[in-house]
Amino acid sequence: MEETILDVRGLRTSFFTDEGEVKAVDGVSFSVPKGKTLGIVGESGSGKSITSLSILRLLAENGKVVDGEIRYKGENILDFSEKKMRSLRGNKISMIFQEPMTSLNPVFTVGQQISESLTTHQGMNKKQAMAKSVDLLKLVGIPSPEKRVTQYPYELSGGMRQRVMIAMALACNPEVLVADEPTTALDVTIQAQILGLMKDLQNRLGMSIILITHDLGVVAETCDYVAVMYAGQVVEYSDVRTLFRKPRHPYTVGLLKSLPRPDADQEKLVPIHGMVPSPFNMPKGCRFAPRCPAATDLCREKLPDLFDDGEGNQVRCWIYDEEWPGPKEVDVFGEKRIAQG
Amino acid sequence: MEKKELLKVDGLKQHFPIKGGFFGRTVNHVKAVDDISFTVYEGETVSIVGESGCGKSTTGRAILRLEEPSDGKVYFEGTDLASLSKSEMRKYRKDLQIIFQDPYASINPRQSISDVLNEAMEIQNVLPRKDRRKRIIELLETVGLNGSQADRYPHEFSGGQRQRIGIARALSVNPKLIICDEAVSALDVSIQAQVLNLLDELQDEYGLTYLFISHDLGVVRHISDRVIVMYLGKIMEIGDKKSIFDNPKHPYTKALLSAIPVPDPDREREHIVLRGDVPSPIDPPTGCRFHTRCPFAQEKCRVDVPELIEHDGMEQGHEAACHFVEEIASGQLKPNYMETASF
Repeated sequence: MEETILDVRGLRTSFFTDEGEVKAVDGVSFSVPKGKTLGIVGESGSGKSITSLSILRLLAENGKVVDGEIRYKGENILDFSEKKMRSLRGNKISMIFQEPMTSLNPVFTVGQQISESLTTHQGMNKKQAMAKSVDLLKLVGIPSPEKRVTQYPYELSGGMRQRVMIAMALACNPEVLVADEPTTALDVTIQAQILGLMKDLQNRLGMSIILITHDLGVVAETCDYVAVMYAGQVVEYSDVRTLFRKPRHPYTVGLLKSLPRPDADQEKLVPIHGMVPSPFNMPKGCRFAPRCPAATDLCREKLPDLFDDGEGNQVRCWIYDEEWPGPKEVDVFGEKRIAQG
Repeated sequence: MEKKELLKVDGLKQHFPIKGGFFGRTVNHVKAVDDISFTVYEGETVSIVGESGCGKSTTGRAILRLEEPSDGKVYFEGTDLASLSKSEMRKYRKDLQIIFQDPYASINPRQSISDVLNEAMEIQNVLPRKDRRKRIIELLETVGLNGSQADRYPHEFSGGQRQRIGIARALSVNPKLIICDEAVSALDVSIQAQVLNLLDELQDEYGLTYLFISHDLGVVRHISDRVIVMYLGKIMEIGDKKSIFDNPKHPYTKALLSAIPVPDPDREREHIVLRGDVPSPIDPPTGCRFHTRCPFAQEKCRVDVPELIEHDGMEQGHEAACHFVEEIASGQLKPNYMETASF
């Protein structure tokens, strides 16, 4: 069994707005093994980014983790004081964001920005930190790092800025790197550079990565485990091969069927009809039931748990429970699935 | 059956001036599109792919004269659009429509949906006023919305629905050609599939021709008959979908296709990783624009601009702008560098 570095159980995060409580994350569980990559995949509004912000405790003021546990090496970081959290964040758990343009400070040089976490967490003086910054830029493959370290973000291209973000995140040798859509804003040839770099650094430094993305191609090629999110919940969690070979949740099946593939010709895409429910008006039962071709009255009435198959794969769907009232053989977006009951 | 030329772009250039200096003189130009030519036949879907700054969107906008092209001709059914006066051009706008990327920015938020569609029909005078209401409801149903939603405002619709409204607006004037500029890029996969299928059905039903501008190679593979690959304002390769995806000839096309992550974890693959970034279109590299990143670049590539031509061993209509297509294919020319990565 692999060593688990981060374990999230029953996470619920809500935002309290004038219109009421928005349950942005409402039942998220997954674990991240040491040195491996977990992908969190989902469409807009699925709660994947809020999940990552919850882990780092970087929620906006009106946001709050209302339930659940986030265990880092066995300790629940939700119980940590803000001071203790600060010593963890950017140090042992760090993060890179989607927009390298907006997450760098435009009025400080690259070197000053990388140095900040080194002087804060590692007790380095300015000179040591600057020297280490040059090493880090070299590590992430930036040519002539001695020159780049004195430059401002506007002097760098998008791909270079994302490399700088990665250098900052890696400054303190983190054990967990949370990457929220790190390549979404980049062109595909630059994306290949950055994904290659992240994999290479992971192999060398042994860190765990939580990769948040909507791109199933990126998931297939970079992740070891995957959590699929829909409307604030994890609907399926498994290793990457199982997920792509034999997706079990109807939403996962539908997602893969609606994807135009760059590697094969398809006659027709199979779309998922309808759209994601509004967070103010969540369905009572399974949240995917209104769009699910196999939904039964049970699905519409009662929210399923994440059922475990005993091999670490989990799925939040009644088809895989003894209570399933529908047929033994279920048609899900043109694929057959065998019910549990 | 003889294919009918619908759109013919000939030597199109779009150079945007850069003002600067003491007197605000033009100090330089951004050569966004630099001498490109291609033809689109009736009823087909031609895609233009490329990365940011390659000029794909500028090409679409120049064809419609949303920005006046700097040079070149754009023939639509034999008429050169670039030579028409503004009012003559307006008549042609009925035949050439565009759908934009951002469904939130391309519809006036103060107009109800029926006003949006009515305005298009009013300007182009497509139907007598009394018949328009019925047509609006028909159009909404054609694009999969409910006719009863006609009097609602854009903010009441989701992104996918707004993109359907954009499609309905384009259809309202019975166009022949629709330019789809990253029309599905902002949509989630499950919604994107709905809209792609809709575009497919509409093409069959109305015999539409699409010029599809996209950076998403999965979408392009799905929707296109033919594909144009652009880099820094130039066409690198053109051909039918099969030739481009199964038998690419230009080193840039190869690298571009190789870089896409494939949604299949069992497929162990090495990705070709190009060095460096896309150079600035203000001072694009001399010779072949790709030579600064090309693994096969030779001295000739630095000096001579390669022509877009059909080389030996290429299917008819498959053309590449590279001096060394044959030498690379035969293995005679070895790469100067070959960096690969598996993610």
